[in-house]
Amino acid sequence: MELTISIILGFMIIGAIYALHAKDLLSAVIAMGIVGYGLVICFLLLKAPDLAIVQIVVETITLVIMVAVVLDSTRKEVEIKLDRRTIINILTGFVVFAGLFYFFILAIQNLDPLGAHSLRMSEAYVEGAVEKTGSVNLVTGVLFDFRAYDTLGEAVILYTAALGVLTLLRIKGKK
Amino acid sequence: MSVYILSFVLFLVGLYGVITRRNLIKIVISLSIMEFSIFMILVLVGYIDNGLAPIVDPASGGQIYVDPLPQAMVLTAIVIGLATTSMLMAIAIRLYRKYKTFDIRELKNLRG
Repeated sequence: MELTISIILGFMIIGAIYALHAKDLLSAVIAMGIVGYGLVICFLLLKAPDLAIVQIVVETITLVIMVAVVLDSTRKEVEIKLDRRTIINILTGFVVFAGLFYFFILAIQNLDPLGAHSLRMSEAYVEGAVEKTGSVNLVTGVLFDFRAYDTLGEAVILYTAALGVLTLLRIKGKK
Repeated sequence: MSVYILSFVLFLVGLYGVITRRNLIKIVISLSIMEFSIFMILVLVGYIDNGLAPIVDPASGGQIYVDPLPQAMVLTAIVIGLATTSMLMAIAIRLYRKYKTFDIRELKNLRG
């Protein structure tokens, strides 16, 4: 299991690196699809079918939006000259990455190894959840019963974002 | 542990993109990549060996299910990620129509 997911994650990393360095914006957007759809396969392997369904829909919508934006504007990548500022940015970035990576290694020492997770906090959500919520799907039970206000907030955010996109695309800009 | 480390490498690739790219579209792509890596880590934390997908079959009892709590959290986060990405793309297309470029160094009017 760990090996399979590692291989898929390796492909996702290669896709991500290609997406960042592609000369054509359209191929960059498509390469981002590798990461998104790779994530769908990982979710399926990790026994999260609800997440896989939602992620595949969301990824498709995101790709459609991005392709629409790229086709409506330009496909050319901004030319990057390696001037001093860029090199300093990249070097600073790598120093920060090394620090972050060190602390991440320290942090995951406290995690359970993959597959040996113990239900500490979520025991209350799992014990007798079918009788409490009336839903055989435990994820749906958490989302729409125990944490219904969370889902309400999510719906509000979606609605606000839709309103924001409408407003942004309707107004006439100052020349 | 290697899966956690690889997910974090994916996060760092996204962070590298946000820091070094100058194209607005690529910055949005990098932000999405960072999002995806965080979802991956959260779902990995909740995985249990030989566990079933968290859908209870009332006929058969006593089975192990993977942790549903991180999955519910990630489900919310995925949908919010869609909202933020579409918002960012709308802002990017507005900026392109005004400045005719995606280069963030050319957006001079935003400088304070």
